[in-house]
Amino acid sequence: MALAKRIIPCLDVDKGRVVKGVNFVGIRDAGDPVEIAKRYNDQGADEITFLDITASHEERETTVHMVEAIAEQVFIPLTVGGGIREIADIRNMLNAGADKVSINSAAVYNPDFVRAAADKFGSQCIVVAIDAKQVDDHWEIFTHGGRKPTGINAVEWAVKMADFGAGEILLTSMDRDGVKTGFDLGVTKAISDAVNIPVIASGGVGNLDHLVDGVKLGGADAVLAASIFHFGEYTVQQAKEHMAAAGIEMRL
Amino acid sequence: MTVNSKICAVIDYGMGNLHSAHGALQSVAPDTQVLVTGDPEVILKADHVVLPGVGAIRDCMAEIYAQGIDAVVREVAASKPLLGICVGLQAMMERSEENGGVDGLGLFRGQVKYFGDDLRENGERLKVPHMGWNTVSQGKHPLWNGIADDTRFYFVHSYHVKAENEEQVKGRGHYGVDFAAAMGQDNVFAVQFHPEKSHNAGLALLKNFLNWDGQA
Repeated sequence: MALAKRIIPCLDVDKGRVVKGVNFVGIRDAGDPVEIAKRYNDQGADEITFLDITASHEERETTVHMVEAIAEQVFIPLTVGGGIREIADIRNMLNAGADKVSINSAAVYNPDFVRAAADKFGSQCIVVAIDAKQVDDHWEIFTHGGRKPTGINAVEWAVKMADFGAGEILLTSMDRDGVKTGFDLGVTKAISDAVNIPVIASGGVGNLDHLVDGVKLGGADAVLAASIFHFGEYTVQQAKEHMAAAGIEMRL
Repeated sequence: MTVNSKICAVIDYGMGNLHSAHGALQSVAPDTQVLVTGDPEVILKADHVVLPGVGAIRDCMAEIYAQGIDAVVREVAASKPLLGICVGLQAMMERSEENGGVDGLGLFRGQVKYFGDDLRENGERLKVPHMGWNTVSQGKHPLWNGIADDTRFYFVHSYHVKAENEEQVKGRGHYGVDFAAAMGQDNVFAVQFHPEKSHNAGLALLKNFLNWDGQA
């Protein structure tokens, strides 16, 4: 018996509603975040991550209420990412019931923000999200959904973020996101080997073997996926059983 | 089934998010008044008391002393069911090596130790913090009622409890090293994991706590 690897379904939310097509059988209104979170919770999700894509700061208040409503009914760890730029944003999400926040571009613009956040709230609730793309023989950080290069080496960046107090790295391969050909195992392994904090692999999951590869070949501590769960292709439970059958320690 | 507790106080000493603990307790006990409070009078009137904690032990202990919560916790520990969670457990130990060494309340005997930067198991490197779902080997205690032995709970911690008195260890965890996942003595019980984040098993433990009369 050992620490289990985690499966984390990820949901995009806009103004407190789940968007980008979640289509469960048996849910009348597929955009209801509470219903969807409960469904994943019942299926055995180890955590749930919400990516807030709400454009305006004012409308983000509705996301806070969404987190409140979910936290009252779903008792597994909840992470909220997207638009976390200030200490006040973190406090709002934690007060609403989130357990962790994921910081992405704000960390790139101001790395000290991660240090300040970890000091204030503890490393355990600070996830640094890294969007990486392969450039020649290495990986670089991109912002703005993969459109804007920064010239920053992704592996060095991960080490720096761990040093600044990040408790976890959420690594998304921008080459693979939505492509369904599996995680970029090269960058996953490189970062997982380079840091002493847990790494969540994300981007590119198309089938359950990809999840196995993320852990076994990529060295990930957790795997995050969206579409394979949203459309009922696989349940979280099926994914966990598949990983366990491959010899990975899971919470079943 | 309703629970025995009419009032449950979750001690608020300014160390972060108590929403989850409140929500989880309220969900297993809809008829119980679950109060998040730092008011000693309210805490001392409650039937059941929870001492949570997140972040660094130095900050937690500083706030506990600054707000006089140490005296309240000692009084509760002498009189009614008390549940410590995560850093709440660590605060109940004699001493932690975090932040250069910090004294705890000493309700349990033993120390709080760092997992280390080079933690290994069978040649495999283990990441720190210990984050995720791990098994707990249960000792005999009413708070485990109805929960299968070796059930997984959700942990997030970089420091772990090394107990001095084995009789006080009510649950054992393992992550590179053996550590105490649950401690108990008389009417005090404390866990390293987060029952409020541990799905059905965690909710079952919280319900057992609210039904507990404090007899070990």
